[in-house]
Amino acid sequence: MAALQLEKQRVRNAVLAIAAVVIVVGIPLWWKTTETYRAWLPYSEISELDSLQLQLSVDIEVVFSRGTLTPEQQKKVPLSHVNVKEHQIDAKTGLRYKYETRYRTATIMEEDALNQPTAAEADLSLHMLSENSCGSVVVYVIPESSALMPEDVKAYVGQRRTVLLRSPPFRSSWSLKEVLSNLDVEVEQVVSTMSFGHQDIVAALSNRVRMTKVTKESMADSMRAIKSSPGYEITFSLLNPDPKSHSLHWDIEGAVQSYIQPLLNKLAPIANFSVDSQILYYAVLGVNPRFDNSVSAYTLSADSLSHVINPVEARLGSNAASSNPVLNFLLYVPDAHHSPLYIRDHSKREVPSNAFHSPRWGGIMVYNVNEMYGPEAERPVDININMAKVMGVFLAQLRLMLGVQRTHPPTGFVLQSPGSAGLADWELDRLLWSRSVENIATASTTITSLAQLLDQIGNIVINDNVAQQVSSAVTSLQSAVAELEAGNLAFALHYSREAVLASERAFFDPSLLHLLYFPDDQKFAIYIPLFLPMCVPIVLSLLKTVSEAKQRLADKQAKSD
Amino acid sequence: MQWQSTDVEVNRSDGTKNSETFTPAPAKDQFQEELVIRPLHSGDIYASFQFRTLWDTDFLQEGQKKVSHYRLFPKSLGQVLSKFSVQELHISFTQGFWRTMQWGQPFIPSPPGAELWVWFHHTVSDVDGNWKELTNVLSGIFCASLNFIDMTNTVQPSASFKPLGLGNATDHRFLRYATLPREIVCTENLTPWKKLLPCGSKAGLAVLMKSEKLFHSSFHSQAVHIRPICQASFFSKSWELRQTLNVVFDHYTSGQGKKEWSLFKMFSRTLTEACPLASSSKVYVDITDNPEGELFELSPATPLLSQAVVLGDRRTYSVYDLTRAETFGQLRSFNLLLRWKGDSGDMLRPLLHAERYVAGFGLQTGEIHTVIYNNHPYRAFPVLLMDSVPWYLQLYIHTLTVTSKSRDNKPSYIHYQPAKDRHRPHLLEMLIQLPPHSMTEVTVQFERALLKWTEYTPDPNHGFYVGSSVISALVPSMVAMSTNFTQDQPLFSSFVPVKEESSYFVRVYTEPLLVNLPTPDFSMPYNVICLTCTVVAVGYGSFYNLLTRTFQVDEPSPPLAKRLANFIRRIRGVPLLA
Repeated sequence: MAALQLEKQRVRNAVLAIAAVVIVVGIPLWWKTTETYRAWLPYSEISELDSLQLQLSVDIEVVFSRGTLTPEQQKKVPLSHVNVKEHQIDAKTGLRYKYETRYRTATIMEEDALNQPTAAEADLSLHMLSENSCGSVVVYVIPESSALMPEDVKAYVGQRRTVLLRSPPFRSSWSLKEVLSNLDVEVEQVVSTMSFGHQDIVAALSNRVRMTKVTKESMADSMRAIKSSPGYEITFSLLNPDPKSHSLHWDIEGAVQSYIQPLLNKLAPIANFSVDSQILYYAVLGVNPRFDNSVSAYTLSADSLSHVINPVEARLGSNAASSNPVLNFLLYVPDAHHSPLYIRDHSKREVPSNAFHSPRWGGIMVYNVNEMYGPEAERPVDININMAKVMGVFLAQLRLMLGVQRTHPPTGFVLQSPGSAGLADWELDRLLWSRSVENIATASTTITSLAQLLDQIGNIVINDNVAQQVSSAVTSLQSAVAELEAGNLAFALHYSREAVLASERAFFDPSLLHLLYFPDDQKFAIYIPLFLPMCVPIVLSLLKTVSEAKQRLADKQAKSD
Repeated sequence: MQWQSTDVEVNRSDGTKNSETFTPAPAKDQFQEELVIRPLHSGDIYASFQFRTLWDTDFLQEGQKKVSHYRLFPKSLGQVLSKFSVQELHISFTQGFWRTMQWGQPFIPSPPGAELWVWFHHTVSDVDGNWKELTNVLSGIFCASLNFIDMTNTVQPSASFKPLGLGNATDHRFLRYATLPREIVCTENLTPWKKLLPCGSKAGLAVLMKSEKLFHSSFHSQAVHIRPICQASFFSKSWELRQTLNVVFDHYTSGQGKKEWSLFKMFSRTLTEACPLASSSKVYVDITDNPEGELFELSPATPLLSQAVVLGDRRTYSVYDLTRAETFGQLRSFNLLLRWKGDSGDMLRPLLHAERYVAGFGLQTGEIHTVIYNNHPYRAFPVLLMDSVPWYLQLYIHTLTVTSKSRDNKPSYIHYQPAKDRHRPHLLEMLIQLPPHSMTEVTVQFERALLKWTEYTPDPNHGFYVGSSVISALVPSMVAMSTNFTQDQPLFSSFVPVKEESSYFVRVYTEPLLVNLPTPDFSMPYNVICLTCTVVAVGYGSFYNLLTRTFQVDEPSPPLAKRLANFIRRIRGVPLLA
């Protein structure tokens, strides 16, 4: 009997030992060998980025020239003044605009500069005096009676970052505080013209913020610009559907050098641009233009332009050597039998430039040449295309595509034309502001959705490269937000570009797409031939041991009772 | 897409003024097109299109002077050239096999499937990276599976592929060569190829390229060759893009044995105009065998004749110049027609010819035989044989034998680069002297490797292709070759530069091989998992049983006799047995 008990005890120990080995060694071993590699990701910082509180700080310098303030007021002028505005866009996105205004009186040199006969000259000589940092605005308040600008002009926005503001009519009885608060209204208008308006910033956040249809429509203007990207390809294509009659010559190389390149040089901090051109022969439109007897010309309606472009677009080709977005500018010279050709806009009116553009795609211009030769001319006719005319149109379209909007200035504002550079400094600043915000919005959305995806699907392998890209995107994003807050616009853009690049690299990393994630049920189906025969005896004998132990306990209790 | 009008102040008055005095600067680029038709002795018709774009520019310039404004040269190819610093690029897509013995030599040879060889500029530091990216981009441009080119089928031949254009680059580190013998060529490759032409398929000779006719043929090959050349009229380096398309129509066998042909019958189109951008546009018909017009008759007839020395043979061609209005006649349409009157004579046998096959049985070993024929009656000449064999055929190079006229023929130069499993293929290059009027046989044995189950193609029982061998040779010429390059030389005779009068360059491709590899049962992995699991489970089960069984001393039951005896004893009432 004792031997039997001993034997039973041994069996029980064996069962428990095997179960212990399976649980302590077997299961962790299996778990470890079939586990997918997942590098550490900064989840907490990413979730912080999910709710984005952006602060945009603008440095404003208000300079009072002689005759705008009374001497007593001048003495009491405060050094600086901070004005903060807050907007909550949605539950997770908030905006804070911080206008830091510093006041001072004009120096003697500046007074001299302001004494120039015209505003343009004053602007130039003020620029010579000092260089303003990127993103800042300098407002020169000039006396109400100044002859620098015509009577009805309230403010003159120069080519750089300065604006000449006619001082609002003050009553001498006003205290300084009243004067300044009166001035603030004007200054705010200036800033929203030269730095950013609330609309632009909200449009730049369109990647993050779900917008209603109404807001979308109201912001069509600000959303025309092509999406922020590290580089753009600009392609000029000359479409010659009729090389038998027209031999077209265009000096695109010289035209790009003199019209497009200055603008692109100015835009270099925002993105890399590459320009190329091609001539496409026998490129015909997809819709036959209709002859309009009233003007004795062929006409196309703007509504049909997308059908018109389709067959041409197949031939435009994308850049084989890069994957940046392409901006197409087409110059279409209609064939001899369909000339002249005019495109009517949506309200059936003729457009003087005969040019149309499509948001984020590019533009097309129809260039009629039928007046340049007589019917007896020998075919093909050599035709030189007037590049100044063409490039004027394409430059305007390019500025629209790039988001250098022709802002609708408040009444009384005069904007100096950007001149040969194609872009005023403050226009560049506007672009920098909205691009930085847009990049931050894009990168933060990309990173949060990537983190969410990786969190949800536990089977995706996260290798070190992806983890490193995510971390660098997060660091760059944090720096970009901090730089925006500090008002360092150039740095903010730089970091935000880095953040976008790193986040896109992480998001589109091919290693995330490997077919390495099998569904769990299939994985277990494969393991069942191993698990079933192994686990059933262990579980059964464990159950038996437990029930025996219970029995013994009950017996013992019965005995002791 | 929402189209909006662009509001710009335009000065409309100055449009007409400057056009009258305008004289265009001389163009820096030019375009030529030509079609050669050669009636073959087998009754088939060989049509060879060549389009040449010449551009006086340099793609390899850096910085501000980067080439980016294109006129006749296709932009997509130009961007590729400058991005990857390509010195020379040759790509061909071929459907069908060129039968040298029946058809003679083609103007530009190509192996079945896709072939790509590229010389990179000597400033390129990461040649392999550029090559990989280039193949990906080209596969996008030509809609072909060139992205399957990787290190396992790329070789760097040391002697067989020399640059055909300017530049005496001899360092084969900058050369990459790959073939995809499996590639199937079809309409989707033709369309992007046609798109590279300045006139597209809208005008000129390219209107004849209707894909349903072109692919209804026994041989179709389209190619793009880009190289820098020296242009006598430009006195400087210029880039040449040659697009060639070669077709062999089998009207004789498929069309009730009739040898008549016309442009309309072949292409179901006729020509109506030359490409307006082309500086020359010509159709050549080979009439060498028909000097007096006794064999066949061409209509319309042309007074223009041209003689050219092509591939060691002086040929006579009827020339039709499409840039002249009289070519098209009254109907404004040009349909060339050929009527046979008699039987054609014998064909001159090509002097160099090669074939290849795989011998042996079973799935373990085999032997590759390459047979090279020298049909020259009295001249011996050397040939370069290049073989690129995938790593899964493990060559035994010690079994390499070269015999001609049943005697051992020792190659004077052997370059052999052994394969690395899953990394690079075998490369074997040999310089062999072919005795006159002889047959030379090259054999080498191999063993077939076992692949991993993911490395098999989707149809593994079809077999695995091994690309063609390439035989390059300078064949002694019967007639003096012309060594001067002139502008008016027909395109088909000016592709390979001729260095000396006494010989001409020929490249012959053999058949690709189709080799069967041992193929596993592809449901194997799951079976293996199940079997292993079962074995483990059974082993574990018995082990577990052994450990957890209780062993008890069992009272042995008494034998049957004893029990019977006890039963009787019990009935009788006597004491039982122990």
